[in-house]
Amino acid sequence: MSGQSLAMTHVPGAKRHSPPPAWRKPVLMGAPLVLLLVAFLVFPVGQLLALSVYNGQGFTLAPYAQLFASSLYVTVLWITLKISLATTLVAVVAAYPVAYLISIAKGPAKSRLIFWVLLSFWTSFLVRAFAWVVILGRNGVVNSTLMSLGIIDSPADLLYGFGAVLVGMVHAMLPLAVMTMLAVMENIDRTLPRAAGTLGAKPGTAFWTVYFPLSLPGVAASAIMVFVSAIGFFIVPALLGGRKETMITQLIIDQVQQTLNWGLAGAISVLLLTVVLVVFVLYDRVFGFASLTGESAVVRNRDTAMRRLGGRVLAALGSASDALIGLMPRRHPLRGRAERPLALTAFVWLLLVLISLPAFLMIPLSFGKGGLAWPPSGFTLQWYQQLLDSPIWMQALWRSIVVAFGTGLLSMAIGVPAAFLMVRGRMRGKGAMLAFILSPIVVPRMIIAVGMFYVFAQMGLVGTILGLVIGHTVVAVPYVVMTMMAVLRNYDTRLDLAAQSLGARPLAALRHVTFPILGAGMLSSFLFAFATSFDELTISLFSSGGLSATLPKQFWDEVTLQVSPVIAAVSTGLLLFVATLIFVADRLRRRSLAG
Amino acid sequence: MSSSSLSVQGLAKRYGDFVALAPTDLVVADGEFLTLLGPSGSGKTTLLSLLAGLVPPDEGSVRIGSQDVTYAPPYERDIGVVFQNYALFPHMTVEENIAFPLKMRKVAAAEAKRRAGEALEMVHLPHIAGRYPRELSGGQQQRVALARCMVYKPSIILMDEPLGALDKKLREHMQLEIKRLHRELGTTVVYVTHDQEEAMTMSDRICLMNAGRIEQLGTPADLYFRPRSLFVADFLGESNILPAALRGRSGDEVEIGLGTLGVPGRALANGNDLPPGSEVRVMVRPQNLTVARGAGNAVGGLQGRVSEVMVTGSLTKVYMEPLDGKLPPLVAAFPTRNETDAVRIDDVLTLSWSGRDAVVIADMTADRARAAGTA
Ligand SMILES: Nc1ncnc2c1ncn2[C@@H]1O[C@H](COP(=O)(O)OP(=O)(O)O)[C@@H](O)[C@H]1O
Ligand SMILES: [Mg+2]
Repeated sequence: MSGQSLAMTHVPGAKRHSPPPAWRKPVLMGAPLVLLLVAFLVFPVGQLLALSVYNGQGFTLAPYAQLFASSLYVTVLWITLKISLATTLVAVVAAYPVAYLISIAKGPAKSRLIFWVLLSFWTSFLVRAFAWVVILGRNGVVNSTLMSLGIIDSPADLLYGFGAVLVGMVHAMLPLAVMTMLAVMENIDRTLPRAAGTLGAKPGTAFWTVYFPLSLPGVAASAIMVFVSAIGFFIVPALLGGRKETMITQLIIDQVQQTLNWGLAGAISVLLLTVVLVVFVLYDRVFGFASLTGESAVVRNRDTAMRRLGGRVLAALGSASDALIGLMPRRHPLRGRAERPLALTAFVWLLLVLISLPAFLMIPLSFGKGGLAWPPSGFTLQWYQQLLDSPIWMQALWRSIVVAFGTGLLSMAIGVPAAFLMVRGRMRGKGAMLAFILSPIVVPRMIIAVGMFYVFAQMGLVGTILGLVIGHTVVAVPYVVMTMMAVLRNYDTRLDLAAQSLGARPLAALRHVTFPILGAGMLSSFLFAFATSFDELTISLFSSGGLSATLPKQFWDEVTLQVSPVIAAVSTGLLLFVATLIFVADRLRRRSLAG
Repeated sequence: MSSSSLSVQGLAKRYGDFVALAPTDLVVADGEFLTLLGPSGSGKTTLLSLLAGLVPPDEGSVRIGSQDVTYAPPYERDIGVVFQNYALFPHMTVEENIAFPLKMRKVAAAEAKRRAGEALEMVHLPHIAGRYPRELSGGQQQRVALARCMVYKPSIILMDEPLGALDKKLREHMQLEIKRLHRELGTTVVYVTHDQEEAMTMSDRICLMNAGRIEQLGTPADLYFRPRSLFVADFLGESNILPAALRGRSGDEVEIGLGTLGVPGRALANGNDLPPGSEVRVMVRPQNLTVARGAGNAVGGLQGRVSEVMVTGSLTKVYMEPLDGKLPPLVAAFPTRNETDAVRIDDVLTLSWSGRDAVVIADMTADRARAAGTA
């Protein structure tokens, strides 16, 4: 009976559409990324961790015995935590007004603010850390300025201490903190503080009782991103810190590069990873991971003492700010009301100038005859000449560009389908899969880099372009997925359905409707991956091999061995490159929006 | 209903060169329900935001009661605003949302809780106090927004398309609710909508806006039966607008001749005192036309051929092409009856009306605008 009716409805000549198996599409979209991460993240990190309990013959706990035999490692871990926490605290507090101002600014003012944050964000960590060496050095900017003003007689020791490390770390992390917070702040409904106003809340109270609680998930997301990045960071403590500011990642480098003690490297990694995981689990308990991708967090606690206390504190802060605002003279509250508070704007611009300035100091130095001492004297192009004549630098530049392109392309090829799957797919375990995809951000970069080096060495991938592209893709692809997910969430899927109803097959709809509209988002994803690779040092430190350095590796070797003004010339070039990249990306984005 | 609770003088707002609100005067009586009606972009939200103090005006003044609040911030005006998307605070429970304005007014916590409970009862939602806004349906969110606004008894409540996001049935229900609350509380309400039916059902007076200015201000019946411009006639409900020449005058009615044939008819003068011979427009609502079968010879009859018949439920609408080709198409409406005497396409009908149901419209601005638009 049913067979008959089927036969009757079957139009002769029309293609039969049997439904494709439901699992096929999600698997095709998600598998490449999952495979990549399993092969080049889970496996290498697992190997490294295994090395801490397996010495080639059998099970051993010797590395752990070594780890806890002296107080050295625990002390270093403690220092690492201290520096990371201090960095997080200062960076998040400083980032808040910047992100807030950007979120309420409009038009060209907003674009200008974002440009300066992005410029710092993308300016190489190395350039920025090195700039502080020049600023704080014995013949540096600060010392020579203070001496010429007669405030001090002999140069003060500003470098190689906790203060220098903190300054460098905050400077390195501030743009990241701003960008993470901004993602949440942009999603806060602007009518809410205004509604509070109509209900009787003065501006200060409206801010502290309505806006601020809504921005907290952004603060939390930003704090954890900064903390995790800081805890695995070694550039700043290595360049700006003394012995007492050694961070735990530096110990791992020592074990791998000098002592060749893989077991101990593994054990230290276990220690580091445990700390990070504990922090993340706590974070997930309180805020949920969803807030990391810009979604508003779910409020979990209904009526706890904590919540009531928080409410009281915020109300008190509100009244205090209103009292402060009330002290300022005002003529007509509405007529005299500036679009943005003047003091806030001034503070934010001061901050932006401060975080941009260090890199810009490289420009005059790169043209000066006097080396890296401040103030620069004379004018010469000799450092640029040396740079262009140096085959090592030129090859490093070329290798970096090739690797960055490869990383951008590979990340897009496997990251974009995964992002589609994450946003549009309906399947179980999506949350777990997202957590897995984002895990390269969670696992400290140093652990990934060392594990990868171990595995690459066995596969003969050390020193190859392919190895670097794979390595960089592992750390860049989460950003591609995150950016694309944000873009896709704002994309109206009915447009695809409309295209299909007009006769476009799925691929044609993708090509003619989806991609053109998503173009700007895809471009920024690509650039994100490109820039991540272009500035990647940790993986390249090991896996680029001795003779085939990338640009950051070459930079690193140079600044750790000898400091020459050529570095200033390279820094100037990188700064220019990044500024151009941001400018072009912004232009393209605007054109695609207008078109 | 006598003292004015809100008055606006010469209030204007520009964005660059664009005039969002031309200088406007408006007086709202105490306890009145006034609706700002108009097409999208006509300046309703702009006017409302100026009243609320959410944007500063370029010129003019706003008084609430006896106080000049032109430049006062929102929190110093005794107003309540219901926003289109409700603007409930997502991080506060329903109860906390409703208690928020009380807290701002330093009402003791226990008292605030009690009053929030009362407000929730007023909107028939006593059981949801502990929930968060996103756990509510659209209609419930709407009620909570109302409760939050009423709980501190502001002297004026401003609402910007508060029912815009709800479906038709819920919307009609909420219209009744808002009317009930208005009656019970006696608060002055300024209500924004672009839905003319909503405006007609709810308002004491309607302020019809167009392109940043007030087109006409009056009771729903004023606007519906005595529109002063073609725009008003057009905007509120369906209408027949016929070109006519004035013939004579008797009391508040005029005699007119319609179309090329000069078919005689009568209409209310509607306050104009144009001399005989003037060209005017005459408006008749479809349901006020009497339809007779065949080319009857009744005086004052317009003849037309049926081009379309539509049963819209309680009303049947008949669209006709007048036999006098100079006249625009006509529409008549009458209660739907069981198909005993059905009108069919191509039937010829004769239309007539009482002089009390037709009005003269002397202002032709919209007509000219329309002509310019097609030119
Ligand atoms: N902040 C603004 N900047 C520029 N133009 C605006 C702004 N707000 C409103 N307008 C313009 O003013 C006109 C009236 O807007 P509005 O009062 O919101 O209309 P309505 O609420 O009647 O739909 C619209 O054309 C709108 O584009
Ligand atoms: Mg509006």
